[in-house]
Amino acid sequence: MAELAPLCEAISECVGDGQSLALEGFTHLIPFAAGHEVIRQGRRDLELIRMTPDIVFDQMIGAGCARRLVFSYGGNPGVGSLHRFRDAIENDWPHPIEIEEHSHAGMANRYAAGAADLPFGVLRGYAGTDLPKYSNVKTVTCPFTGEELAAVAALRPDVAIVHAQEADREGNVQLWGIPGVQKEAVLAAKCAVVTVERIVDELEPRAGGVIIPGWVIDVVAETPGGSRPSYSLDVSDRDNEFYRAWDEISRDRERFSAWMEENVTA
Amino acid sequence: MSATQAGPSATRGEIQTVVAARLLASKKSVFIGVGRPSTAAMLARAVHNPALVLVYESGTIGAKPTRIPLSIGDGDLAATADCVVSVPEMFNYWIQPGRIDVAFLGAAQIDRHANLNSTVIGAYEHPKTRLPGAGGAPEIAANCGEVVVIAPHDPRTFVEHLDFCTTIGHGNGAGSRERLGFRGAGPTAVVTDMGVLEPDPVTRELVLTHVHDDVNANDVWERTGWDLHVSDALVRTDPPTAEELSALRELVDR
Repeated sequence: MAELAPLCEAISECVGDGQSLALEGFTHLIPFAAGHEVIRQGRRDLELIRMTPDIVFDQMIGAGCARRLVFSYGGNPGVGSLHRFRDAIENDWPHPIEIEEHSHAGMANRYAAGAADLPFGVLRGYAGTDLPKYSNVKTVTCPFTGEELAAVAALRPDVAIVHAQEADREGNVQLWGIPGVQKEAVLAAKCAVVTVERIVDELEPRAGGVIIPGWVIDVVAETPGGSRPSYSLDVSDRDNEFYRAWDEISRDRERFSAWMEENVTA
Repeated sequence: MSATQAGPSATRGEIQTVVAARLLASKKSVFIGVGRPSTAAMLARAVHNPALVLVYESGTIGAKPTRIPLSIGDGDLAATADCVVSVPEMFNYWIQPGRIDVAFLGAAQIDRHANLNSTVIGAYEHPKTRLPGAGGAPEIAANCGEVVVIAPHDPRTFVEHLDFCTTIGHGNGAGSRERLGFRGAGPTAVVTDMGVLEPDPVTRELVLTHVHDDVNANDVWERTGWDLHVSDALVRTDPPTAEELSALRELVDR
């Protein structure tokens, strides 16, 4: 059974400097409030892991939380660049970061291998591209057919944080809509934190609902609006205007820092 | 040209979308990202192929968006989909086995064999411009039935050498995909705002086969970073019909 705790306690109990930290939510249910709490608590030297860094990692990178970034698509979806991500890689601001990049298929299989407690995931991928030269990808020969396949190391983050619509008082979690890779991230991690829009007496079955039992989760934190400006299907809408506005806010270091001061750290 | 065409004549961008949509007229399913590919697929559903299954990377299979989505995760896509699957399921059960007929892809750079770069401009370790990265593209291009690349026809995009090969199209030419064990046919068309390029059936090098509007082959050659071959059978793209154009404009205005 998961502990129910306020977000600030959940983060201070579970997230420490130097850890590997995965925040998942594939364009939906992105745990923004938890990311902001990590920034407020001043965590440093984190290995940040997320398929699509999105605005939340742009903010964490710009705020100086990241030592290393593991990802597969670092853009502002439908808008363009993530400027803090770019500034860190192109100009070492606010400090240099290491990167390890994959394809989506590779990252998905890395999480699935972590959830299955296997040493690696296997897929038909990366072949012929320049990615293996710069990333952690190897090949493996199928013992049955002789086919050469890509092998990617399992992801086992120290901590995974995901956001969901609901949990009950035992900490059983239900999310629905685009399910992304959240279940795999929770099961792959050594410690799992889930923020939820609301705590309910009983989880009602939902079409396409994914249940994550409370006994594989460490802490559940009730965090209404915790996915904004991403969204939680049937609770909130994606704030597309903010995704567009972030392009301007984040382009300039001073404007970014002022925005963070006013909206996150103050 | 249709005499009943309403409003101003089509822009080259509109022609690009209309041509991409036509390529989906007889397909069962298409894998798309946001932007022009999504608009083209929605136009194909509206005008040519109401049964076309739209598959977005976010996991929405059979989405029926009524408005052009900003992100592949927009709520409208999940709410209207036949089913919504996880990321591992999307890539392992749907893309890897080649269940999707066509994929639309974009890129910052494309070379003569339709290989794509969406990773960096400049050197990898010290990039001039850091681009978003691979996303789903390498496996989508390897495994979907075929690929249509949609890109602006710009000398910075159509380059002699990619700064980074993110996604294999036809590799080094004839036989490359077979040697890599790829199952899909790879890029069958590159649709730009100036024309359409298709791989030569033997060499797999891109050849200009269609020009849009009043573009001529030399205009396209000048905006291509390699010595672009022009098909002996070069044709002018059929202009958008009144139906195509009004449906497209209606979608964009919605």
